[in-house]
Amino acid sequence: MDHQQEKVQLFGMWASPYVYKVKWALSIKGVEYEYVEEDLWNKSRQLLKHNPVHKKVPVLVYNGKPVAESDVIVQFIDDVWKGHGGRILPEEPHERAMARFWARFVPDKLSPPIWKWFTTAGGEEQDAAHDAAMEQLRVLEEELAHGGNEFFAGDSVGLVDLSLGALAYVIPMYEEIIGERLVIEERFPSLYAWMGRFLAAPPVKDHLPPMEELKLRFRAIREYFVKNA
Amino acid sequence: MAEPVKLIGCFGSPFVHRVEVALRLKGVPYELIEEDLNNKSDLLLKHNPFHQKVPVLLHGDRPAVCESLIIIEYIDEAFSGPSLLPSDPYERAMARFWAAFMYKCKDSMWIALWTDGEVQAASAREMKANLTLIERQLPEGKKFFGGDTIGFLDIAVGGIAHWMGVFEEIAGVHLLIEEEHPALCRWAREYILDETVGQCLPDRDRVVAALTPRKELYVSIAKAMAAQK
Repeated sequence: MDHQQEKVQLFGMWASPYVYKVKWALSIKGVEYEYVEEDLWNKSRQLLKHNPVHKKVPVLVYNGKPVAESDVIVQFIDDVWKGHGGRILPEEPHERAMARFWARFVPDKLSPPIWKWFTTAGGEEQDAAHDAAMEQLRVLEEELAHGGNEFFAGDSVGLVDLSLGALAYVIPMYEEIIGERLVIEERFPSLYAWMGRFLAAPPVKDHLPPMEELKLRFRAIREYFVKNA
Repeated sequence: MAEPVKLIGCFGSPFVHRVEVALRLKGVPYELIEEDLNNKSDLLLKHNPFHQKVPVLLHGDRPAVCESLIIIEYIDEAFSGPSLLPSDPYERAMARFWAAFMYKCKDSMWIALWTDGEVQAASAREMKANLTLIERQLPEGKKFFGGDTIGFLDIAVGGIAHWMGVFEEIAGVHLLIEEEHPALCRWAREYILDETVGQCLPDRDRVVAALTPRKELYVSIAKAMAAQK
Protein backbone atom coordinates (compact mmCIF):
# COMPACT_ATOMS: atom_id res chain seq x y z
CA MET A 1 0.00 0.00 0.00
CA ASP A 2 1.36 3.40 -0.93
CA HIS A 3 0.93 5.46 2.18
CA GLN A 4 1.25 8.67 0.23
CA GLN A 5 -2.22 7.96 -1.21
CA GLU A 6 -4.00 7.78 2.13
CA LYS A 7 -5.76 10.94 3.25
CA VAL A 8 -4.06 12.74 6.11
CA GLN A 9 -5.56 15.65 8.05
CA LEU A 10 -3.99 17.60 10.88
CA PHE A 11 -6.21 19.60 13.22
CA GLY A 12 -4.20 22.34 14.89
CA MET A 13 -3.89 25.84 16.19
CA TRP A 14 -1.29 28.36 15.00
CA ALA A 15 0.35 28.98 18.40
CA SER A 16 0.50 25.45 19.78
CA PRO A 17 4.02 23.99 20.09
CA TYR A 18 2.53 20.48 20.10
CA VAL A 19 0.95 21.09 16.70
CA TYR A 20 4.33 22.18 15.33
CA LYS A 21 5.94 19.04 16.72
CA VAL A 22 3.56 17.03 14.54
CA LYS A 23 4.09 19.32 11.52
CA TRP A 24 7.85 18.79 11.80
CA ALA A 25 7.37 15.03 12.09
CA LEU A 26 5.21 15.00 8.94
CA SER A 27 7.83 17.14 7.22
CA ILE A 28 10.63 14.69 8.15
CA LYS A 29 8.62 11.96 6.41
CA GLY A 30 7.60 14.10 3.44
CA VAL A 31 3.90 13.47 4.08
CA GLU A 32 1.31 15.63 2.37
CA TYR A 33 -1.66 16.57 4.50
CA GLU A 34 -4.59 18.90 4.86
CA TYR A 35 -4.23 21.32 7.73
CA VAL A 36 -7.35 22.47 9.60
CA GLU A 37 -6.98 25.51 11.87
CA GLU A 38 -9.15 25.31 14.97
CA ASP A 39 -10.56 28.14 17.01
CA LEU A 40 -10.08 26.74 20.49
CA TRP A 41 -12.82 29.00 21.87
CA ASN A 42 -15.22 27.54 19.34
CA LYS A 43 -14.11 23.99 18.67
CA SER A 44 -15.41 22.36 15.54
CA ARG A 45 -17.72 19.36 15.66
CA GLN A 46 -15.07 17.45 13.75
CA LEU A 47 -12.43 18.07 16.42
CA LEU A 48 -14.79 17.06 19.22
CA LYS A 49 -15.67 13.92 17.28
CA HIS A 50 -12.01 13.05 16.67
CA ASN A 51 -10.77 13.81 20.19
CA PRO A 52 -13.70 13.41 22.57
CA VAL A 53 -11.45 12.53 25.52
CA HIS A 54 -9.21 15.60 25.64
CA LYS A 55 -10.89 17.90 23.06
CA LYS A 56 -7.46 19.30 22.18
CA VAL A 57 -5.16 19.81 19.26
CA PRO A 58 -3.16 18.37 17.62
CA VAL A 59 -5.20 15.51 16.20
CA LEU A 60 -3.99 13.57 13.19
CA VAL A 61 -6.64 11.83 11.15
CA TYR A 62 -5.24 9.07 8.96
CA ASN A 63 -7.60 7.34 6.61
CA GLY A 64 -10.54 8.45 8.76
CA LYS A 65 -8.96 7.24 12.03
CA PRO A 66 -8.00 9.89 14.62
CA VAL A 67 -4.83 9.87 16.72
CA ALA A 68 -4.44 12.37 19.58
CA GLU A 69 -1.57 13.36 21.93
CA SER A 70 1.48 14.72 20.14
CA ASP A 71 3.95 12.11 21.51
CA VAL A 72 1.64 9.32 20.36
CA ILE A 73 1.07 10.99 16.98
CA VAL A 74 4.80 11.41 16.32
CA GLN A 75 5.53 7.73 17.01
CA PHE A 76 2.51 6.78 14.88
CA ILE A 77 3.91 8.83 11.99
CA ASP A 78 7.28 7.11 12.40
CA ASP A 79 5.54 3.70 12.29
CA VAL A 80 3.20 4.33 9.36
CA TRP A 81 5.77 6.00 7.11
CA LYS A 82 8.61 3.66 7.99
CA GLY A 83 11.11 3.74 5.19
CA HIS A 84 9.97 7.16 3.95
CA GLY A 85 12.04 10.25 4.66
CA GLY A 86 14.18 10.42 7.81
CA ARG A 87 14.01 8.30 10.96
CA ILE A 88 12.29 9.95 13.90
CA LEU A 89 13.22 7.23 16.38
CA PRO A 90 16.55 5.38 16.13
CA GLU A 91 16.54 1.78 14.93
CA GLU A 92 18.28 0.11 17.88
CA PRO A 93 16.03 -0.71 20.90
CA HIS A 94 18.27 0.77 23.60
CA GLU A 95 18.74 3.98 21.63
CA ARG A 96 14.97 4.13 21.18
CA ALA A 97 14.51 3.79 24.96
CA MET A 98 17.00 6.62 25.55
CA ALA A 99 15.21 8.81 22.97
CA ARG A 100 11.86 8.17 24.66
CA PHE A 101 13.35 8.96 28.06
CA TRP A 102 14.89 12.27 26.98
CA ALA A 103 11.75 13.19 25.03
CA ARG A 104 9.77 12.88 28.31
CA PHE A 105 12.38 14.94 30.17
CA VAL A 106 11.25 18.07 28.35
CA PRO A 107 7.56 18.17 29.39
CA ASP A 108 8.15 16.50 32.78
CA LYS A 109 11.23 18.30 34.08
CA LEU A 110 12.20 21.23 31.86
CA SER A 111 9.02 22.95 30.69
CA PRO A 112 7.39 23.40 34.14
CA PRO A 113 10.12 25.61 35.67
CA ILE A 114 10.45 27.56 32.41
CA TRP A 115 6.70 28.22 32.39
CA LYS A 116 6.82 29.10 36.09
CA TRP A 117 9.63 31.58 35.40
CA PHE A 118 7.64 33.16 32.57
CA THR A 119 4.36 33.42 34.50
CA THR A 120 5.70 34.64 37.86
CA ALA A 121 5.72 38.37 38.39
CA GLY A 122 9.12 38.67 39.99
CA GLY A 123 11.07 38.44 43.20
CA GLU A 124 12.27 35.33 44.96
CA GLU A 125 9.67 33.04 43.45
CA GLN A 126 10.66 33.97 39.91
CA ASP A 127 14.38 33.68 40.75
CA ALA A 128 13.79 30.21 42.16
CA ALA A 129 11.99 29.15 38.97
CA HIS A 130 14.84 30.61 36.88
CA ASP A 131 17.39 28.62 38.91
CA ALA A 132 15.31 25.45 38.64
CA ALA A 133 15.09 25.91 34.87
CA MET A 134 18.87 26.43 34.65
CA GLU A 135 19.44 23.22 36.60
CA GLN A 136 17.38 21.19 34.14
CA LEU A 137 19.02 22.93 31.19
CA ARG A 138 22.40 21.91 32.59
CA VAL A 139 21.30 18.26 32.56
CA LEU A 140 20.18 18.58 28.94
CA GLU A 141 23.37 20.44 27.99
CA GLU A 142 25.46 17.60 29.38
CA GLU A 143 23.43 15.01 27.51
CA LEU A 144 23.75 16.89 24.23
CA ALA A 145 27.48 17.56 24.71
CA HIS A 146 28.11 13.94 25.71
CA GLY A 147 26.49 12.67 22.51
CA GLY A 148 28.69 14.90 20.40
CA ASN A 149 26.18 14.99 17.54
CA GLU A 150 24.52 17.80 15.66
CA PHE A 151 21.17 16.76 17.09
CA PHE A 152 20.34 14.64 20.12
CA ALA A 153 20.49 11.22 18.50
CA GLY A 154 22.52 11.86 15.39
CA ASP A 155 22.90 14.16 12.44
CA SER A 156 19.22 14.77 11.75
CA VAL A 157 16.16 15.95 13.68
CA GLY A 158 14.70 13.13 15.80
CA LEU A 159 12.27 12.49 18.64
CA VAL A 160 14.14 14.38 21.36
CA ASP A 161 14.78 17.37 19.09
CA LEU A 162 11.07 17.45 18.24
CA SER A 163 10.17 17.37 21.93
CA LEU A 164 12.53 20.22 22.79
CA GLY A 165 12.02 21.99 19.47
CA ALA A 166 9.54 24.76 20.24
CA LEU A 167 11.74 25.98 23.10
CA ALA A 168 14.28 26.95 20.41
CA TYR A 169 12.06 29.92 19.53
CA VAL A 170 10.05 30.22 22.76
CA ILE A 171 13.00 30.70 25.12
CA PRO A 172 14.47 33.67 23.21
CA MET A 173 10.98 35.26 23.17
CA TYR A 174 10.57 34.78 26.92
CA GLU A 175 14.05 36.22 27.47
CA GLU A 176 13.15 39.31 25.45
CA ILE A 177 9.81 39.81 27.19
CA ILE A 178 11.11 39.32 30.73
CA GLY A 179 14.43 41.02 30.09
CA GLU A 180 16.45 38.18 31.59
CA ARG A 181 18.59 35.57 29.87
CA LEU A 182 18.16 31.84 30.34
CA VAL A 183 20.19 30.05 27.66
CA ILE A 184 23.43 32.00 27.67
CA GLU A 185 25.91 30.80 25.06
CA GLU A 186 28.89 30.67 27.43
CA ARG A 187 26.97 28.58 29.96
CA PHE A 188 25.13 26.30 27.49
CA PRO A 189 27.28 26.19 24.34
CA SER A 190 25.85 22.94 22.99
CA LEU A 191 22.21 23.90 23.59
CA TYR A 192 22.73 27.36 22.18
CA ALA A 193 24.26 25.95 19.00
CA TRP A 194 21.55 23.29 18.80
CA MET A 195 18.82 25.96 18.92
CA GLY A 196 20.18 27.71 15.82
CA ARG A 197 20.71 24.41 14.03
CA PHE A 198 17.20 23.22 14.83
CA LEU A 199 15.49 26.36 13.54
CA ALA A 200 17.50 26.11 10.30
CA ALA A 201 16.97 22.36 9.82
CA PRO A 202 15.12 21.38 6.61
CA PRO A 203 12.03 19.83 8.26
CA VAL A 204 11.66 22.87 10.54
CA LYS A 205 12.66 26.07 8.79
CA ASP A 206 9.61 26.45 6.56
CA HIS A 207 7.21 25.28 9.30
CA LEU A 208 7.50 27.84 12.05
CA PRO A 209 4.73 29.90 13.65
CA PRO A 210 4.32 33.60 12.80
CA MET A 211 6.87 34.98 15.23
CA GLU A 212 5.59 38.54 15.70
CA GLU A 213 2.06 37.34 16.44
CA LEU A 214 3.42 34.73 18.83
CA LYS A 215 5.48 37.32 20.67
CA LEU A 216 2.39 39.54 21.08
CA ARG A 217 0.50 36.59 22.42
CA PHE A 218 3.24 35.78 24.94
CA ARG A 219 3.43 39.43 26.02
CA ALA A 220 -0.30 39.40 26.71
CA ILE A 221 0.06 36.17 28.69
CA ARG A 222 2.86 37.60 30.80
CA GLU A 223 0.93 40.81 31.43
CA TYR A 224 -2.03 38.77 32.60
CA PHE A 225 0.06 36.83 35.11
CA VAL A 226 1.87 39.90 36.38
CA LYS A 227 -1.37 41.79 36.85
CA ASN A 228 -3.02 38.92 38.69
CA ALA A 229 0.00 38.14 40.89
CA MET B 1 25.10 -16.45 26.05
CA ALA B 2 22.40 -13.96 26.99
CA GLU B 3 23.46 -10.82 28.80
CA PRO B 4 22.22 -10.62 32.39
CA VAL B 5 19.11 -8.59 33.11
CA LYS B 6 18.74 -6.88 36.47
CA LEU B 7 15.68 -5.05 37.69
CA ILE B 8 16.06 -2.58 40.53
CA GLY B 9 12.74 -2.42 42.32
CA CYS B 10 11.11 -2.18 45.68
CA PHE B 11 8.45 -4.17 47.44
CA GLY B 12 4.88 -3.14 46.73
CA SER B 13 5.47 -0.87 43.76
CA PRO B 14 2.91 -1.18 40.96
CA PHE B 15 5.48 0.27 38.53
CA VAL B 16 8.01 -2.43 39.36
CA HIS B 17 5.23 -5.01 39.00
CA ARG B 18 4.53 -3.73 35.48
CA VAL B 19 8.09 -4.43 34.44
CA GLU B 20 8.16 -7.86 36.08
CA VAL B 21 5.00 -8.86 34.20
CA ALA B 22 6.53 -7.68 30.93
CA LEU B 23 9.79 -9.59 31.53
CA ARG B 24 7.93 -12.75 32.46
CA LEU B 25 5.53 -12.54 29.49
CA LYS B 26 8.56 -12.25 27.20
CA GLY B 27 10.28 -15.14 28.98
CA VAL B 28 13.29 -13.07 29.99
CA PRO B 29 15.10 -14.29 33.13
CA TYR B 30 16.08 -11.49 35.47
CA GLU B 31 17.51 -10.75 38.87
CA LEU B 32 15.34 -8.57 41.10
CA ILE B 33 17.25 -6.20 43.37
CA GLU B 34 14.95 -4.84 46.05
CA GLU B 35 15.61 -1.33 47.23
CA ASP B 36 14.68 0.26 50.51
CA LEU B 37 13.48 3.65 49.28
CA ASN B 38 14.23 5.23 52.66
CA ASN B 39 17.84 4.23 52.23
CA LYS B 40 18.62 4.33 48.52
CA SER B 41 21.60 2.31 47.43
CA ASP B 42 24.55 3.66 45.46
CA LEU B 43 23.49 1.34 42.65
CA LEU B 44 20.13 3.10 42.30
CA LEU B 45 21.55 6.59 42.66
CA LYS B 46 24.19 5.85 40.03
CA HIS B 47 21.76 4.43 37.49
CA ASN B 48 18.84 6.80 37.92
CA PRO B 49 20.39 10.07 39.06
CA PHE B 50 17.62 12.32 37.78
CA HIS B 51 14.56 10.68 39.17
CA GLN B 52 16.08 8.36 41.81
CA LYS B 53 13.09 6.12 41.35
CA VAL B 54 12.36 2.51 40.66
CA PRO B 55 11.99 0.55 38.45
CA VAL B 56 15.35 0.68 36.70
CA LEU B 57 16.34 -1.96 34.14
CA LEU B 58 19.96 -2.95 33.60
CA HIS B 59 20.59 -5.08 30.51
CA GLY B 60 24.19 -6.20 30.36
CA ASP B 61 26.49 -3.20 30.45
CA ARG B 62 24.10 -0.83 28.80
CA PRO B 63 23.14 2.42 30.53
CA ALA B 64 20.04 2.00 32.67
CA VAL B 65 16.56 2.22 31.22
CA CYS B 66 14.17 4.12 33.50
CA GLU B 67 10.44 4.87 33.56
CA SER B 68 8.22 1.79 33.59
CA LEU B 69 6.40 2.24 30.27
CA ILE B 70 9.63 3.10 28.49
CA ILE B 71 11.20 -0.03 30.01
CA ILE B 72 8.28 -2.14 28.79
CA GLU B 73 8.61 -0.86 25.20
CA TYR B 74 12.34 -1.61 25.45
CA ILE B 75 11.67 -5.15 26.64
CA ASP B 76 9.20 -5.64 23.81
CA GLU B 77 11.71 -4.44 21.20
CA ALA B 78 14.96 -5.87 22.58
CA PHE B 79 13.84 -9.41 23.29
CA SER B 80 12.09 -12.02 21.19
CA GLY B 81 8.92 -13.59 22.47
CA PRO B 82 5.23 -12.73 22.21
CA SER B 83 4.65 -9.08 21.33
CA LEU B 84 3.37 -6.85 24.10
CA LEU B 85 2.33 -4.04 21.80
CA PRO B 86 -0.02 -4.63 18.87
CA SER B 87 1.62 -4.95 15.46
CA ASP B 88 -0.72 -2.56 13.67
CA PRO B 89 0.50 1.08 13.90
CA TYR B 90 -2.97 2.45 14.66
CA GLU B 91 -3.61 -0.15 17.38
CA ARG B 92 -0.18 0.66 18.80
CA ALA B 93 -1.08 4.34 18.87
CA MET B 94 -4.32 3.54 20.71
CA ALA B 95 -2.46 1.45 23.31
CA ARG B 96 0.02 4.29 23.88
CA PHE B 97 -2.78 6.88 24.00
CA TRP B 98 -4.68 5.02 26.72
CA ALA B 99 -1.50 4.28 28.67
CA ALA B 100 -0.77 8.03 28.59
CA PHE B 101 -4.36 8.67 29.66
CA MET B 102 -3.80 6.45 32.72
CA TYR B 103 -0.83 8.61 33.60
CA LYS B 104 -2.98 11.76 33.40
CA CYS B 105 -5.64 10.12 35.60
CA LYS B 106 -3.34 9.66 38.53
CA ASP B 107 -3.89 13.14 39.96
CA SER B 108 -7.67 12.89 40.18
CA MET B 109 -7.33 9.35 41.54
CA TRP B 110 -4.93 10.51 44.23
CA ILE B 111 -7.09 13.48 45.22
CA ALA B 112 -10.18 11.23 45.30
CA LEU B 113 -8.41 8.82 47.64
CA TRP B 114 -6.72 11.12 50.09
CA THR B 115 -8.71 14.34 50.47
CA ASP B 116 -12.24 15.04 51.66
CA GLY B 117 -15.19 17.34 51.21
CA GLU B 118 -16.21 18.83 47.89
CA VAL B 119 -12.66 18.58 46.50
CA GLN B 120 -12.70 14.83 47.07
CA ALA B 121 -16.21 14.44 45.68
CA ALA B 122 -15.39 16.33 42.50
CA SER B 123 -12.25 14.28 41.94
CA ALA B 124 -14.10 11.05 42.62
CA ARG B 125 -16.64 11.96 39.93
CA GLU B 126 -13.82 12.80 37.51
CA MET B 127 -11.99 9.60 38.33
CA LYS B 128 -15.07 7.44 37.80
CA ALA B 129 -15.71 9.11 34.45
CA ASN B 130 -12.08 8.28 33.54
CA LEU B 131 -12.59 4.66 34.59
CA THR B 132 -15.61 4.50 32.29
CA LEU B 133 -13.53 5.73 29.37
CA ILE B 134 -10.85 3.13 30.08
CA GLU B 135 -13.45 0.41 30.53
CA ARG B 136 -14.82 1.16 27.04
CA GLN B 137 -11.46 0.17 25.55
CA LEU B 138 -11.96 -3.45 26.52
CA PRO B 139 -12.56 -5.38 23.28
CA GLU B 140 -16.00 -6.99 23.14
CA GLY B 141 -15.99 -10.53 24.41
CA LYS B 142 -12.29 -10.57 25.30
CA LYS B 143 -10.64 -11.06 28.67
CA PHE B 144 -7.99 -8.38 28.30
CA PHE B 145 -7.30 -5.01 26.64
CA GLY B 146 -4.77 -6.94 24.57
CA GLY B 147 -7.40 -9.50 23.51
CA ASP B 148 -7.00 -13.10 24.64
CA THR B 149 -3.65 -12.42 26.27
CA ILE B 150 -2.23 -9.63 28.41
CA GLY B 151 -0.77 -6.78 26.40
CA PHE B 152 0.81 -3.38 26.88
CA LEU B 153 -2.38 -1.62 27.93
CA ASP B 154 -3.29 -4.34 30.43
CA ILE B 155 0.11 -3.85 31.99
CA ALA B 156 -0.26 -0.06 32.00
CA VAL B 157 -3.69 -0.27 33.63
CA GLY B 158 -2.78 -3.29 35.79
CA GLY B 159 -2.19 -1.16 38.86
CA ILE B 160 -5.95 -0.67 39.08
CA ALA B 161 -6.52 -4.40 39.36
CA HIS B 162 -4.51 -4.83 42.56
CA TRP B 163 -3.43 -1.51 44.00
CA MET B 164 -6.77 0.24 43.74
CA GLY B 165 -8.10 -2.17 46.35
CA VAL B 166 -5.03 -1.63 48.51
CA PHE B 167 -5.35 2.16 48.47
CA GLU B 168 -9.11 2.00 48.93
CA GLU B 169 -8.55 -0.06 52.07
CA ILE B 170 -5.94 2.31 53.51
CA ALA B 171 -7.97 5.40 52.62
CA GLY B 172 -11.36 3.98 53.56
CA VAL B 173 -12.79 5.12 50.23
CA HIS B 174 -14.52 2.95 47.65
CA LEU B 175 -13.98 4.09 44.07
CA LEU B 176 -13.99 1.04 41.80
CA ILE B 177 -17.46 -0.38 42.31
CA GLU B 178 -18.84 -3.50 40.61
CA GLU B 179 -22.24 -1.94 39.82
CA GLU B 180 -20.61 1.11 38.25
CA HIS B 181 -17.82 -0.61 36.30
CA PRO B 182 -18.75 -4.27 35.87
CA ALA B 183 -16.53 -4.89 32.83
CA LEU B 184 -13.49 -3.26 34.42
CA CYS B 185 -14.01 -5.24 37.63
CA ARG B 186 -14.29 -8.44 35.59
CA TRP B 187 -11.07 -7.50 33.77
CA ALA B 188 -9.37 -6.86 37.13
CA ARG B 189 -10.28 -10.34 38.35
CA GLU B 190 -8.97 -11.93 35.13
CA TYR B 191 -5.76 -9.95 35.44
CA ILE B 192 -5.12 -11.04 39.04
CA LEU B 193 -5.89 -14.67 38.16
CA ASP B 194 -3.48 -14.74 35.25
CA GLU B 195 -0.63 -17.17 35.94
CA THR B 196 2.17 -14.87 34.83
CA VAL B 197 0.79 -11.96 36.82
CA GLY B 198 0.45 -14.20 39.86
CA GLN B 199 4.17 -14.97 39.79
CA CYS B 200 5.08 -11.36 40.53
CA LEU B 201 2.04 -9.94 42.29
CA PRO B 202 2.94 -8.92 45.84
CA ASP B 203 0.70 -10.25 48.59
CA ARG B 204 -2.16 -7.77 49.12
CA ASP B 205 -2.08 -7.76 52.90
CA ARG B 206 1.70 -7.30 52.94
CA VAL B 207 1.34 -4.35 50.55
CA VAL B 208 -1.37 -2.79 52.75
CA ALA B 209 0.92 -3.20 55.76
CA ALA B 210 3.90 -1.74 53.89
CA LEU B 211 2.05 1.27 52.47
CA THR B 212 -0.21 2.21 55.41
CA PRO B 213 2.63 4.12 57.18
CA ARG B 214 2.84 6.33 54.09
CA LYS B 215 -0.74 7.56 54.41
CA GLU B 216 0.25 10.99 55.75
CA LEU B 217 2.67 11.43 52.86
CA TYR B 218 -0.04 10.48 50.38
CA VAL B 219 -2.45 12.98 51.96
CA SER B 220 0.06 15.83 51.71
CA ILE B 221 0.82 14.96 48.06
CA ALA B 222 -2.92 14.91 47.30
CA LYS B 223 -3.44 18.27 48.98
CA ALA B 224 -0.60 19.79 46.95
CA MET B 225 -2.10 18.37 43.74
CA ALA B 226 -5.54 19.76 44.63
CA ALA B 227 -4.03 23.19 45.33
CA GLN B 228 -2.41 23.23 41.90
CA LYS B 229 -5.58 22.40 40.01
